[in-house]
Amino acid sequence: MSILVNKETRVLVQGITGREGAFHTEKMLEYGTKIVAGSTPGKGGQVVQGIPVYNSVTEARAAHEIDASIIFVPPAAAPDATLEAAHAGIPLIINIAEGMPVLDMMRVVKEIKELPGIRLIGGNCPGLITPGECKLGIMPASTFKAGRVGMISRSGTLTYEASAMLAAAGIGCSTVVGIGGDPIIGTTFIDLLPMFNEDPDTDAVVMIGEIGGADEEMAAEWISKHMKKPVIAFISGRTAPKGKRMGHAGALIMGNVGTAESKLEAMAKANVPVADTMDQIVELTKKTLGL
Amino acid sequence: MKLHEYQAKELLARFGVPVPAGKVAFTPEEAKAIAVSVGKMTVIKAQVHVGGRGKAGGVKLAKDANEAFDRASDILGMDIKGLTVKKVLVAEAVDIAKEYYCGLIVDRNVQSYTLMVSKEGGVDIEEVAANNPDAITRFAIDPIRGLRPFEAREVALKAGLEGNINKIASMMVGLWNTCVGVDASLAEINPLVVTTAGDIIAADAKIDLDDNALSRHPELMAYRELEAEHPLEVEASAFGFAYVKLDGYIGVIGNGAGLVMTSLDVVARVGGKAANFLDIGGGAKADIVYNAVKLVLKDPDVKGVLINIFGGITRADEVAKGVIRCLEEGILTKPVAMRVAGTAVEEAHVLLEGKPINIYPTMMEAATSLVNEVNAAGGKA
Repeated sequence: MSILVNKETRVLVQGITGREGAFHTEKMLEYGTKIVAGSTPGKGGQVVQGIPVYNSVTEARAAHEIDASIIFVPPAAAPDATLEAAHAGIPLIINIAEGMPVLDMMRVVKEIKELPGIRLIGGNCPGLITPGECKLGIMPASTFKAGRVGMISRSGTLTYEASAMLAAAGIGCSTVVGIGGDPIIGTTFIDLLPMFNEDPDTDAVVMIGEIGGADEEMAAEWISKHMKKPVIAFISGRTAPKGKRMGHAGALIMGNVGTAESKLEAMAKANVPVADTMDQIVELTKKTLGL
Repeated sequence: MKLHEYQAKELLARFGVPVPAGKVAFTPEEAKAIAVSVGKMTVIKAQVHVGGRGKAGGVKLAKDANEAFDRASDILGMDIKGLTVKKVLVAEAVDIAKEYYCGLIVDRNVQSYTLMVSKEGGVDIEEVAANNPDAITRFAIDPIRGLRPFEAREVALKAGLEGNINKIASMMVGLWNTCVGVDASLAEINPLVVTTAGDIIAADAKIDLDDNALSRHPELMAYRELEAEHPLEVEASAFGFAYVKLDGYIGVIGNGAGLVMTSLDVVARVGGKAANFLDIGGGAKADIVYNAVKLVLKDPDVKGVLINIFGGITRADEVAKGVIRCLEEGILTKPVAMRVAGTAVEEAHVLLEGKPINIYPTMMEAATSLVNEVNAAGGKA
């Protein structure tokens, strides 16, 4: 099994008629993701990669059972598209857009919190993948191998890197979730750790954090209280200077908040081993799993 | 985008927040004319994007217009932490009875803006947060509903602010309206002053704008000062690269913010220091790589370049082609180490055969080899 998505997950692609939407629809279909419908306002009735297109999420929902939606629309329109999916009752929404105004995302996240049973992943994320079953994102499929390690990451490319390194060492993943590099995101470490904790097919979790905010500190506290499975952490941006935004809008040290030191300290307190380099993620995972 | 104090005050005034009368001046003559129109004692304040202007001598009182001329002459052209003062704010000096702090920050922990209020105003709030965190009252604002006056009053009372509570709360609501009205990622009034006459006024202010929202505020683009930014950062933004100038000597290029950040860490781990952060984004073609390498090499601090690409959608052979073009055009005069993994690595190796560029399978190997080579050649010094 896995968390959030599997081979049965029925997927809607919002913005399916756009260049990115069509390209990634093809890639996801190749992987075996069960895409059942697409939507683009004004393009209802078209067919993309054999998938019927509807004018709205509500229309798509009326014609199909949908478990998850992935959004490929430009950043200015992505917050609205996210709310469209949420109000249509899609339980899992993946927003990959980079460059959305922070105020918009605060409002989206708040509004979705008030809708029961709706989960948003992202924005500014690569999506998630349950290797061998369902790819709901833009990650290169070849780097992921099915297995029993869960992964949660604020960085897209580091997710690919870590998964590829684990795969090369013969270690596969149950589900890999890119939670996104923005300061305001729908789902963070402490939302996903409990799911992996309960997932019978996950033996350990790799969490890839970075400077900015206190999500890793909160995760460390949760782990020390509730986590039954080993967690291996990696923190990116240890040498980044204060007050400079490191590519990700959320990777910013403000005053004494968000420093790598604070995160490393929190992990140490929670007895979570931290990999100093990417290679060490593999070593620590092997050691933890007794491989 | 960081705004100057005078720009922040212009925006606050637009949203009904009382600010001292004043204007920006580029010459002592202009400063004198503004002081004449203010008609009272003025304060002359350097407008540069660094903190600690007062301590550096960039803030001076002037009792009349002639003094305003003299103080502006002193401050204009002054160097504050490496920045030359090109303009000053000439503003009415206020009679301070109390100085408070009031600020709004993007707070990922509450997934909204947090309002921070403190009796300890007029000083760096980060110092207050570090030394006396209990002196700051925090309130998470509902981002949909906004800040209500009664909430502002409650926060002000809880923080122990004294003075006309309605006026203080109204200034906080004005700050909130400004913050969401211009899409700020940070908005501060510090100090929020209660004058001896009992008026409430924003004596200093700071606003950072959310770059992701600038497209819906085209009028604010006029506040951008290209000359205040690092020239390479300006050039990089035209290419759509995320580029940050750093103070080391190893140029770093990669795809993905996390990967580049980790590359900086790896460079430091093996005894080097990064000169920059450059993220080319996903799916880069040869010309993007070419422009990135060219840009990084324009920095005279760069003594060697680390290129770290994890190929998924990005093809290693495209990356190689971009680097080879730099080589052929004679731009590539410094050592380069490439780490390329993933799609089309074999093709990349074929293209680069016999070329003076080393390819490595891991970022650690690439960084180690490059840093050793550059350090051995005295690059560190």
